[in-house]
Amino acid sequence: MTNMMSYGLEIGQMLLALALAPGLVGLVRWLKARLQNRLGAPPWQPYLELRKWLAKDVVMSTNASWIFQATPYIVFGSTVTVTLLVPLIATPIAFDAVGDLLVVVYLLLLGTFFLALAGLDAGTAFGGMGASREMTIAAIAEPTIALSISGLAIGSGSTNLGQILTTTLTDPAAAISPSHFLAFAALFIVVLAETGRLPIDNPATHLELTMIHEAMILEYSGRYLALIEWASWTKFLLFLSLLANLFVPWGMATLVTLPTLALATAAWIGKLILLASAIALLETRVAKLRLFRVPELLSLSFVLALLAVTSSLVLK
Amino acid sequence: MFDISDLQTHIEKGLHSWIAEMQIRRGNELHFQIEREAVVPLTQLLHSELGGELMLMVADDRRSDRGQFEVHYLFAHDSFKGFVRATVGIPALDPTIPSLATYSLPAARFEREIQDLFGIQPVGHPDCRPLVRHSAWSADYFPLRKDASPLTESATEEVPFPFKEVMGEGIYEIPVGPVHAGIIEPGHFRFTVEGETILKMKARLYYTHKGTEKLFEGKLPIEGVELAERISGDTTVGHALAYCQALEALSGCEVPERAKLLRVIFLELERLYNHIADFGAIANDTGFAAAHAHCFRIREQLLRLNKRLTGNRLLRGGIVLGGANHALPPNLDLAAELDTILADFNDIVEIGFNNTLLTDRLHGTGQLSPQVADDYGTLGYVARASGQDRDVRRDRPFAAYQDLSFQVPVFETGDVYARTMVRVLEVRESVRLIQQAIELLPETGALAVTLPSLPAFEPAFGLVEGWRGAIVHWVMVDHQGKLHRVKVKDPSFVNWPALSKALVNNIVPDFPLCNKSFNLSYSGADL
Repeated sequence: MTNMMSYGLEIGQMLLALALAPGLVGLVRWLKARLQNRLGAPPWQPYLELRKWLAKDVVMSTNASWIFQATPYIVFGSTVTVTLLVPLIATPIAFDAVGDLLVVVYLLLLGTFFLALAGLDAGTAFGGMGASREMTIAAIAEPTIALSISGLAIGSGSTNLGQILTTTLTDPAAAISPSHFLAFAALFIVVLAETGRLPIDNPATHLELTMIHEAMILEYSGRYLALIEWASWTKFLLFLSLLANLFVPWGMATLVTLPTLALATAAWIGKLILLASAIALLETRVAKLRLFRVPELLSLSFVLALLAVTSSLVLK
Repeated sequence: MFDISDLQTHIEKGLHSWIAEMQIRRGNELHFQIEREAVVPLTQLLHSELGGELMLMVADDRRSDRGQFEVHYLFAHDSFKGFVRATVGIPALDPTIPSLATYSLPAARFEREIQDLFGIQPVGHPDCRPLVRHSAWSADYFPLRKDASPLTESATEEVPFPFKEVMGEGIYEIPVGPVHAGIIEPGHFRFTVEGETILKMKARLYYTHKGTEKLFEGKLPIEGVELAERISGDTTVGHALAYCQALEALSGCEVPERAKLLRVIFLELERLYNHIADFGAIANDTGFAAAHAHCFRIREQLLRLNKRLTGNRLLRGGIVLGGANHALPPNLDLAAELDTILADFNDIVEIGFNNTLLTDRLHGTGQLSPQVADDYGTLGYVARASGQDRDVRRDRPFAAYQDLSFQVPVFETGDVYARTMVRVLEVRESVRLIQQAIELLPETGALAVTLPSLPAFEPAFGLVEGWRGAIVHWVMVDHQGKLHRVKVKDPSFVNWPALSKALVNNIVPDFPLCNKSFNLSYSGADL
């Protein structure tokens, strides 16, 4: 693989991720609406929302400091960086050596951290409330992510994403070990929490007092809101891609040729649609947990992750 | 058995020197004038010894013909389904009344309302902060006095409301509103919380005083029906019926049998669409949006039925003075339509309650204890979910309810689940009631009678169990037969403070769910 081509691939997958993220969220919303017997907004609605926000002025609280202004760029920037580090359609990728799974996870959490700060920064009650709740959840979700990924890393002997994928691809028998299933279940629950989906947070609510993610960003408007929402949609796409590619890597391109890349892109989009449908179905079936029950669910996912690590050590 | 003459004897014996013009009207109403200093002894006698409830306080400006203000106290007496009306004359130059706040929490609220709208001070009231009054009104502006003209400019200086502050480490306040996300009316909620736990919530309402009671004044009784329909948009029939019943009681006329049954049908249809929408909205606040979408679909079917019945989706124009306005359309099988709708609703309820995530959110949330529910004089499903077995349709039948059979669901737990269940069971009873009414409904016959002339300055009232609870309209006409004073009590008026009590020790994210289970009217309280 020539350098030019692999850098082209990196840029290509970044642009693709950013371009598809609003559509993916729109698809989940549309599917949910259909499942609830509603017509729903078309799946491309989030693109229109982005265009609207980008055209609008920013209104800022007089209490807000530089944190409030810097946060949208930090959140968006860290998310864009992650799109370069996660193999989406091909493996291995040029930036595999730049950052491993832990870097990916903590780059995403960096965004969460700054969002929480910005929530406090504007000095409104809702922002502080959202920030406090988000941190409560992140405090349990964070170790779970690290732990469930360790389950996979132990199996392949590396935390390098490309390495894990290659191991799974070359030795499919390893992919159906108990530790993979346990880690998948743990990570799936955490992804719901991290991306603000039901039953942890309700992305469709207008009730400020129940919000988590939305409460933190209530003060944002205009292009800042566009950046934050775009980043959070991209984060959703990245987490789903991680779930899809880490546990079911088949279909990914191992050679960089046009036909294999086209096929791999199709396979990736297919997996995303499948996961998005699963989430839409889940969100239609469940109700939101009482806030104080959320830690119980997350503890469950932590236990699953712990079991994943244990079983991968025992069965190694 | 204790009856109205016993009550009369008791009151005469205890308070004879302070009482004048005592008479019994309409069989079960005891009316009299009382001296101002005897209000407290009267309340002690009625409230504490004879088991009466203060239902309504109405102030009236009679300075132009009698040179005084008047305050009417209306007590309801449960044992023989009677009422006591006591009227106090208050000198125009000394507008004060002895406060009953320590005897009755509803009285405490009525007195604050009267203080703000008439400038009559309750003496000895422990908390006479403004209720209706916001800082836009100047201190000497009392909108319901007869000489008050509409406000042309508002006072610009914003005076902060004296919220009670809770001090302590880790305790902070969350101000919410008055402007909210979503299409609801303005109301400010001040939460005092410790972490996520609510220690105290104070609702500051009355941001949109519309002068509804003032608008009634000077209208012909027949013109008031449309206004009554618009007091609270979702309670068109309830308010129109209470208003019409008050004037019919005043005139002494009897509504035709056919109209009585139609009134039952309209009132129950209103209960149906509101309760069904509420079930969906409660489910939606737990994040279970599917139930919401389906309940909204059913609500829409019901609104279209309403339109076929009365020409209006909210049943406006269905109730008229002296009767009802629309017979059932001949090509509509209402009973069968309602069977289909009920089966549909029952399915959704089953799906909802089979979802343990949903029921987990409802059980134990927002508990209102029976004692508190009783103290605050709560009404409707809020009361019935907290062990208060009260329903005007059964206890003091109006329209055709004495001819129909139905159950009144009562729960003891007082949580969101109980309030939801009361609605679900009432939906089923409402369908049964409508179907019975259709069975009994005569094909022909008069729909309405013309009201005979109305006696001037005689008070009368109408009491109706609307979908939210008991509604009272109090009317008085002048010598020209025009409305002199109309007082409206929507159940929300007494249920609002109970919401604050139900929230204590709940967590902040459960507030919307509790609030939805109460589903109180802003407009019905803020007249």
